[in-house]
Amino acid sequence: MLRWILGGREAQGTVEKSAALFIGEEQPKNCFTEMQVLKGHFDIVRFLVQIDDLRFASAGDDGLVLIWNVETGDCLFELRGHTQQITAMISYTFIRGRNAHAALITASSDRTLSLWDPDSGNRVQNISDLQSSVKCLLVLDRLDVWLSGGNELCVWNRDFELQCKTVHHSDAGISAMVELPKNFIAAAMDKEIVIFKLSLSGSDIAVMAMRHLSDHRDTIHSLISINDGLFASGSHIGELIIWDSVDWTIQAYEHILWEEPQGDSQSEVKLKQIERSIQHMSSDGEYIVVAVGSGLYVFNVLMKSVVAYRKIAHDSNVLHTMLQEDGRLMSCSEDGSVRMWELQDLPLAAEPASSGFFGMFGTFGRSSKQTGPPAKKIPEVPGLRSLELIGDLIGHSGAVQMFLSFKEKGLVTCSTDHLLIIWKDGELQSQLRSLAVFQKLEENQEL
Amino acid sequence: MIGSPDVVAFTKEDDFGDSFTDPCSLPEEFSVPLFAHAANANPWTKTSYAKFSKDFILISEFSEQVGPQPLLTIPNDPKVCGTFDLNYFSLRIMSVDYQASFVGHPPGSNYPKLNFVEDSKVVLGDSKEGAFAYVHHLTLYDLEARGFVRPFCMAYISADERKIMHQFQEMSSAFSKASEFLKSGNRRAFANELEKKLKDLEYTRSVLHKETELQKMNNGCYSTQAIEKANELANVEKSIYEHQDLLRQVTSYPSRKKKDVDFVQHEMEKPTDTDDVTDDTLNGNHSDVADKTVETESESRKSSYTPQLIKAKSAKCFDKRLKTMEELCDASFFHQTLEQLNIIEKSFRGDLCLIYTSQIDRALLNKQRVTSFLFEADRDWEYGGTSKNFSISSNNPTIPILNLSGEPLSLDSYTTCIDVDHIKPGVESMEVPPESSTSDITQETSEAADTETKGSFSSDKSIEAFGGVSPSSLQANYFDGLERKSKVSIASPSEIASSSVAVSQRTSDGNLVPMDAACCIGQDGFIFEEPLPELAQECCGDTVVNQEPLSLLQGDPALQVDYILEESALAESPNMGLTFSDLNTEEVAKINIEDVSDSTSFMSASTSSDRAVSPFTYGSALTLKQKKKAGHSALRFIRQYPFAQQAIFCLLSGRTLVILGVDEGTVRKLVNALFIFVPNLGKYGETVQPWLSSPFQLTDLQRWKLIGLQRAVSPAGSSIRHSLNRYSRYISILDCDNKTLRCPPYKGTLVSHLADHRTQIKRGSTYFLHVQGMLTQITAKAFLYTFCHHIHLPMDINDQGSVTSRRTNFLLQLGYTVEESKIIQYLSELIKQHYIQGTSKGGNQSFCFNYTTSYLYKI
Repeated sequence: MLRWILGGREAQGTVEKSAALFIGEEQPKNCFTEMQVLKGHFDIVRFLVQIDDLRFASAGDDGLVLIWNVETGDCLFELRGHTQQITAMISYTFIRGRNAHAALITASSDRTLSLWDPDSGNRVQNISDLQSSVKCLLVLDRLDVWLSGGNELCVWNRDFELQCKTVHHSDAGISAMVELPKNFIAAAMDKEIVIFKLSLSGSDIAVMAMRHLSDHRDTIHSLISINDGLFASGSHIGELIIWDSVDWTIQAYEHILWEEPQGDSQSEVKLKQIERSIQHMSSDGEYIVVAVGSGLYVFNVLMKSVVAYRKIAHDSNVLHTMLQEDGRLMSCSEDGSVRMWELQDLPLAAEPASSGFFGMFGTFGRSSKQTGPPAKKIPEVPGLRSLELIGDLIGHSGAVQMFLSFKEKGLVTCSTDHLLIIWKDGELQSQLRSLAVFQKLEENQEL
Repeated sequence: MIGSPDVVAFTKEDDFGDSFTDPCSLPEEFSVPLFAHAANANPWTKTSYAKFSKDFILISEFSEQVGPQPLLTIPNDPKVCGTFDLNYFSLRIMSVDYQASFVGHPPGSNYPKLNFVEDSKVVLGDSKEGAFAYVHHLTLYDLEARGFVRPFCMAYISADERKIMHQFQEMSSAFSKASEFLKSGNRRAFANELEKKLKDLEYTRSVLHKETELQKMNNGCYSTQAIEKANELANVEKSIYEHQDLLRQVTSYPSRKKKDVDFVQHEMEKPTDTDDVTDDTLNGNHSDVADKTVETESESRKSSYTPQLIKAKSAKCFDKRLKTMEELCDASFFHQTLEQLNIIEKSFRGDLCLIYTSQIDRALLNKQRVTSFLFEADRDWEYGGTSKNFSISSNNPTIPILNLSGEPLSLDSYTTCIDVDHIKPGVESMEVPPESSTSDITQETSEAADTETKGSFSSDKSIEAFGGVSPSSLQANYFDGLERKSKVSIASPSEIASSSVAVSQRTSDGNLVPMDAACCIGQDGFIFEEPLPELAQECCGDTVVNQEPLSLLQGDPALQVDYILEESALAESPNMGLTFSDLNTEEVAKINIEDVSDSTSFMSASTSSDRAVSPFTYGSALTLKQKKKAGHSALRFIRQYPFAQQAIFCLLSGRTLVILGVDEGTVRKLVNALFIFVPNLGKYGETVQPWLSSPFQLTDLQRWKLIGLQRAVSPAGSSIRHSLNRYSRYISILDCDNKTLRCPPYKGTLVSHLADHRTQIKRGSTYFLHVQGMLTQITAKAFLYTFCHHIHLPMDINDQGSVTSRRTNFLLQLGYTVEESKIIQYLSELIKQHYIQGTSKGGNQSFCFNYTTSYLYKI
């Protein structure tokens, strides 16, 4: 009378096709069992910035900047002022008097820069007569200045006074900046990396371009600092270059091609379509995670070797990645999901992935074909490990633009569907609520 | 092998009989007096030979022209009374000698004095007629009536004398409320009447004055006409003075009592304390306000009323028409009274044990405010204003059950009743902690004594008057006494101070009520649905006051008290305490008076068709009736679908259940069958979306726990399918076209008890009660789980892990499987959120889920 289907025809096919990608509904290692949906934006939310342990700011194409409490999910302030989309946002803390203050700088397409006080929600400073819109911001705590990069590089002091700026560069402008030792700045401009030097003479600051590094053959999308001695850049065609921070020489060069094995004509057609642009990189000083197209690539900068990779980690382009302290990885993608990965030794990884899927409905959008798990094909590289999917977060109905981790307090994701979601550890939250209940009982003297 | 004789040897009664107490037995205060059955008599057969079909309320008047006469009955349906002789019964109830009231010219006073007499409440039985009545006497003022008063009475007439006796307390407070409406309206109308009369008199005086002057001029001072006129003028003057005095008395009603001779004596006995001082000031303000409003009212009336010339002495004639009751009271007050009487009639309808159980039910529900939001309907609307007046104490077994069957009780027994009562408050006052003013109680005692000596209870031989059922619950238990201490002071009689205590309390709640001049107290009480201090005062007239105020469940501190109660019970023996509350609530879960009246109609409904109208109409609250009908649909669902248990498990564990189908009717029917299992349904069923034809969003899953979804072929259909796919891990899908259910697996006994497809239950309402009982049991477990310290609080800072394991172990110890634990955990989370946030639904709710594999179930 009562029976269930243990994987029908369709289900079996699915398991085989995407064994590497689909984890199924049983996710014992995924602790995010509670979500809180935050509404407030009216357009794509692109940026998340952490202010302190409790607060973060979100901004996007609607020009709104919202400040949230991560524990309660309350919107603390709505910072209104920008008329067009936000292009860059950064927060910093400074000591004034004896207290640490937080501040938030936003840049918008309306060619304004604003300084906000997240404690009061006031716009403290505003600069509106910029030549071009700012695409990136960088705070140099050491020099007590901050930089804005657009078509030119401007240096500002704490009081929002322009200290100096470079000449107009090109239409492409500066898309990313990192701080290098000895007051040098590396800025990515189209295919080049330009090294600027900030020279301080008394209270005056001057900026000048020192060197143009033009080793990339395509537009640089990502530029990050790895540690004191290294920084990395990634380009549109999958070139990953590790640079020395002091003498700006190439330490490692990887061209990630995501090539399919020969002899599969069908795949070769696919090959041209596979996106291999490096969208995002993140690093913990030793490893560097590179989002290449819809795949992930883990590189050990000290050993200068590939640690693990997964060609198709998502159904669509990966937009943001993160290396956690416990060796786990997170990535989010245009396919609307956030995935959690674990670096595992290869023999384990060769085992077939979860087969606990018996759904009547297929997973969403598994259109990209793949002949088998890619991890199996690179046994010759010594020390290669595999990236195993340990969980995924599905909630957004649009591309997940970015995420921000508050450790045990949760994970915030923002998306093109105008929503933010705080993902939390349900068990922990439940315990916290219990504590809150007993606290209230005590307050009401009902205990 | 052990043969049966061996077993018998081990199970001697002596071994177990003494020590074993049935954990399922009810605590004493919740027990319903058993039907005193003899020789297996059917308790439902009508033993009385009453000439009326069901209980009704009769209002009659002792008319000074025609004597006792019935005025109206509630319900106003001649069929109800049948052949019952209302006239005769009116005569009987009105002929109980009502309290002596000094109206008119009391000795030693030159002016008529209004006596604000207390209502009297008596029970009387007429074994010949088979009628028993609670009789509530009251007087209304009428300027044209003899002695300015007209005696009325309201009587609740029933064939069941036990009902009258047992529900005396409730009836007393309910009728007092009705009486208060009448009297407030009457005071206002009387004041108006007096003012008009004063106008007339003043006008007459001025006319007479002119005439006298004229006479003097024409005929000299000592002509007969002049003397006559002067006498007439003097009469008018006197009359004006009298009427002014009356007006003053009636308008200053609240403060007036204080100046009453009777009360002044008590004032002297009473040591003044600070409370009273503040009360006085409050009271002073209060009456000022009252006076002012009266003045402004009279001001406005001045312009509208044209005075007439009247005779100084109104002739006492019998041909004049007496005012009707509606005229005597303000029309709005009169209708309020009728409304109240209708409520009374409704709430005392049905068998006594039903009334009991519903009262216990309500009282218990009140106790459960922490968890009742989960599965209990919000039932405020059902009981109107009467709900708060009931309390468990009335079911106290110590209430004397007076046997009416045989000989009439003598007056002696009545007085002993009172004597007992007099002793009791004293005893109680010793138990009462010092902060409650003991003076109130002593005063109360003497007051009661006064009433006793003053009132004469002579009764006609044919009437068995069981005046004022003795309170008697005083000896109940100390706990009651402690709890009541606050209430005692409020309910203490005679000094008006207490009334203003109550007033100030209420205003401190933040509800400032616009007070009306003469009727402020009555209205006040109406709004707050509490036994008024004044009612309590009146109660003292027949010495019921001590029983009246059991405030265990009233007011804000109640929750606190309840919680302590429950906690202490838990602390002593968790399991025992739990089963107590479980079983009680289960037992009495949903029986109420409405049931009886509905049951017949429901039977027809249940047999006719399952096309029950969907209860989800926009903005209307879900009623219990709808839920019971849903019980029928649920029963069908369980019989039809073998995976009903899984579906119900999903709902109970907080996983959104989507019912997918082409036909709206079918989907709605299934939603209708399942919504009784949705925790935290909300007053309007907010957590259920019976029919949705557009794709749902993530936030919808947070909001709705049961969704009826249209399966469509159109583009909309594909986007719906997309959302179903995308969020498949958060939802369970019941496809009612293919008769499949996709959901996490569940195998366990908990839900199978709840939804057994082989159940013997035939009727939907019965099944609904069964479900309610089971759910209450689960809720109690969830409560226990939520509020047990030792499983949630970490032993030290780095103790998260052990908390988790302690929680799981606790649930396993309770006998739940891993899956069933999810139900308890979900309910517990709801309780926590509800408790932390209060009733306000604000804030950003979290949405909990877990990662489990779903299976596809088919029929």
